[in-house]
Amino acid sequence: MNKITIIDYGLSNLLSVVRAFDMFADDVIVTNDFRKVGMASKIVLPGVGAFESGMKGIIKYGLDEILIKCKEKQVPILGICLGMQMLFDKSFENGEYEGLGLISGTVEKLPYNTLYGERQNVPQIGWSTLEFLMMGRYGSNKLLEGIIPGDDVYFVHSYECKPYSQSDVIAYTCYGGRKVCAIAGYENIYGCQFHPEKSGKTGLKIIKNFCLL
Amino acid sequence: MRKIRLIARLDVKDQYVVKGIQFEGLRKIGNPNQLSLKYYEEGIDEIIYIDTVASLYERNNLNYIVKEATNDIFIPMCVGGGLRTVDDVRNTLIAGADKVAINTGALRNPKLITKIADAFGSQCVVLSVQAKKKKDGIYEAYYDNGREHSGKNVIDWIKEAVEYGVGEIFLTSVDKDGTMSGMDFELIQKVCNSVNIPVIVSGGTASVDDIFGAVNAGASAVAIASILHYGHYNILEIKKQLRERGVDIRP
Repeated sequence: MNKITIIDYGLSNLLSVVRAFDMFADDVIVTNDFRKVGMASKIVLPGVGAFESGMKGIIKYGLDEILIKCKEKQVPILGICLGMQMLFDKSFENGEYEGLGLISGTVEKLPYNTLYGERQNVPQIGWSTLEFLMMGRYGSNKLLEGIIPGDDVYFVHSYECKPYSQSDVIAYTCYGGRKVCAIAGYENIYGCQFHPEKSGKTGLKIIKNFCLL
Repeated sequence: MRKIRLIARLDVKDQYVVKGIQFEGLRKIGNPNQLSLKYYEEGIDEIIYIDTVASLYERNNLNYIVKEATNDIFIPMCVGGGLRTVDDVRNTLIAGADKVAINTGALRNPKLITKIADAFGSQCVVLSVQAKKKKDGIYEAYYDNGREHSGKNVIDWIKEAVEYGVGEIFLTSVDKDGTMSGMDFELIQKVCNSVNIPVIVSGGTASVDDIFGAVNAGASAVAIASILHYGHYNILEIKKQLRERGVDIRP
């Protein structure tokens, strides 16, 4: 029985996320109840919006402690967009705010200039490729099974995750000539900066891979 | 460089996708969900749904169509037509849209743009502009499917809307809409040169040459309708030809 628990802390439109996981999971539940999250076998933490209000929602429902316990129990967790950013230690979005600290690193604003000194749009909105080293059947990670470097996914973000350890960067994308972490992973914890539920077939493969972990 | 996007534009009236010429003489094309699924399977990058009769009823009737689309379409969706308040926008986003296109509502009350951007982020506010060329060569912004004129110069209006916080422009040439007679590159170039935000262009696309020309004129995305609806091209073929010409676009 493949059951996915999607956390609803009041910030995002969950319909597309729910529908995407519905395709591959036997059961999808959407909840803000920390007891249900505590019993979950796989957790998805979605999110659109600002870091501070996202964390406030998480704390309000008592989900922060539960998520840390879930990590210890080796329950796979996938954060999407803001959900990914909240997995990190802290964010500098409109100040300095503590995150869940499930992956070591910070969340910082995308630079307004490219590596070559030209102005670039922030937020980054649009399709961009996933880049990673192919090792055997997939990249270094099961989440990438069936994906090849150069496959496109859909991004909408103004802030980027910077893991302290390069080995936590499972895939990156290039924006303005710089590498931006697209998928982070540490043990059972994963994060996608892009929206897999809006990234066509490539996104669905990643969702399927997470369901099959 | 950002990838160029190819967008399918679906004008919807009474549960049917329709297409007219210069917004007039609407013909039924088919079921919106069947068409959008077909275009999604062929690799379209985004879908724009426009409720063509929304202004008459002062409300958008597409929410149920979008909700159904989220069952099997996993790319960004933009919805426009008849959205007048932040609550209208919220309901559309809850139905599964990622962005909303605003025209009449913004012309009447430009502060609506700021209100939506504050509530949901500027990335989800798209300004829909219906441009019609006047005899003196100046482009004027129209609304209600190109029937009513606002008296506003298109370039001035777009610059003003950017100040209010719009995140993207969806530009349609009313003169070219549905004609499949080629795009208005002069209009596209003027608009793209006057703003730093992405511009989606539409109206008159007859061939891959047009899409290529629009990209060279500065467009970030091209929205097509007739050439898809009438089966003149399929999306794979368009994208293949664009890539052969060096356009960076998702396969």
